[in-house]
Amino acid sequence: MSAPPLLSIQGIDARHGLLQAVRKVSLDVGEGETVALVGANGAGKTTLLRTIAGAHRPYGGRILFEGRDITHMPAYRRTRMGIALVPEGRRLFPQLTVEENLLVAGAARRSGSWGVDEVLDAFPLLRPLRGKRAASLSGGEQQATAIGRALMTNPRLLLLDEMSLGLAPVAVEGLYRSLTMLIESGTTILLVEQDLSRALGVASRVVCMLEGRLVLQGAAGELSREQVTDAYFGLRAAS
Amino acid sequence: MSWVDAVVHGILLGGVYALLATGLSLMFGVMRIINLAHGSLALVGAYMTFLVVEHAGGSTYVAMLPVLAGALVVGYALQRTVLERSLRGGELVPLLTTFGLLIVIANLLQKFFSPDVRGLASGGIGTANWSVGGGLTIAWFDVLVLVIAVGVLTGLHLLLRRTQLGRELRATAADADTAELLGVNSRAVYARATAIAVATAALAGVFFAMRSNFDPTTGPTQLIYAFEAVVIGGVGSLWGTLVGGIVLGVAQTVGAQIDVQYFALAGHVVFLAVLTCRAMLQAGGLRVLGRLAA
Repeated sequence: MSAPPLLSIQGIDARHGLLQAVRKVSLDVGEGETVALVGANGAGKTTLLRTIAGAHRPYGGRILFEGRDITHMPAYRRTRMGIALVPEGRRLFPQLTVEENLLVAGAARRSGSWGVDEVLDAFPLLRPLRGKRAASLSGGEQQATAIGRALMTNPRLLLLDEMSLGLAPVAVEGLYRSLTMLIESGTTILLVEQDLSRALGVASRVVCMLEGRLVLQGAAGELSREQVTDAYFGLRAAS
Repeated sequence: MSWVDAVVHGILLGGVYALLATGLSLMFGVMRIINLAHGSLALVGAYMTFLVVEHAGGSTYVAMLPVLAGALVVGYALQRTVLERSLRGGELVPLLTTFGLLIVIANLLQKFFSPDVRGLASGGIGTANWSVGGGLTIAWFDVLVLVIAVGVLTGLHLLLRRTQLGRELRATAADADTAELLGVNSRAVYARATAIAVATAALAGVFFAMRSNFDPTTGPTQLIYAFEAVVIGGVGSLWGTLVGGIVLGVAQTVGAQIDVQYFALAGHVVFLAVLTCRAMLQAGGLRVLGRLAA
């Protein structure tokens, strides 16, 4: 019998306010995979990611992590099990320094290789800023801190929500270099990204959402850009 | 009493208010709860110490130690059983809950301890004075209270800045949902904050009871002074609480120097003046006044 996937989402329904944002979504993510979750604004990507992390409560379906049902588990316990979310908009603690932001996440960290020094090695731009308040950082520096903060929990599954949103191209370039390093180190990543080229460039598998449903999924190397674009805009149903 | 005398005594009185206001400030800073039962919890600390002294004898300073340990447990349990639920109901529910708690505590204290006025012995330091000269005399007990207030605030400052619990408290205060996503159990963090707040309230209650007489209705009066100290010093600011307590204390003693009946009134007037100035600053009113003056 083969080992269960690291993450298994089975028929999840979730609301964002009054809107049903995720409809009967099922998805497996295997250990070491990098899955890009793409879709237009309002497709339900962020709600799905937040539901996996425990920030959103689904009203239907199940979420299994390492074969264990975590559907009703609070967010902090999921983090301690190895799921870390880098939320859209970074959501740093503005009055805390970069180092304090990292250390907050060290509270319940699993055993692993990530510590403050390792994060600063992975994101060298943060080293001279470790004593600075998060509120005073640029967008790229904030995003690096947010990713570093999630890494401090030593995650088995890293959920990245709109990593490049609102950042200067040079900052995005630097972040994707660090992301490639993470992927090569074997970290399992579920990545929400609006930039299709970047998503297709780093992912081993692509999943496309439209109006709360999964409409396309496949290995990144086997899907043409046109197929993904058509699914992205709902021009042609694919599976 | 000279004006200098009034100011010095006001500063020392500020220590009592700051000590009482510390827990109030902490709870508001972390959970946005205005704990209307804070003064009553301080009073419970005084009554429990009174009970320990009555039954076990000994010094008030020793008797307060098990009470402070008990206050930590009571604070933790209070958050997990009552306040946690009320927090889920929106901003108004904790206010109503703590108001209800205030009434329950006052009635329980009346039932078990009667409305009689009590006091706690403060030992030799309670009557010792230091004659500075020029007619100025300072009570050592008041100095002790101020030193303890500064000590408690320094301890809390170090806790918030240097420890993991402190970082978790500040992170949870800023954004509890995100803190949870980083593995922080925000409900446990809130409970620890309330435990610390109730213990500081009990400590303040004991020192207040060594300084003045108390009865089951003393709590709300002390709450008003603590609340004023917090607002004057800046809501949620720890060191601002000390500044607020001192400003309130000085206002009261200077008011009493003018006329003894102005003691409480002067403090309330300063409180209202600070509130009004803040409101004007927020509304940009001072900018308008500045333009008119120019």
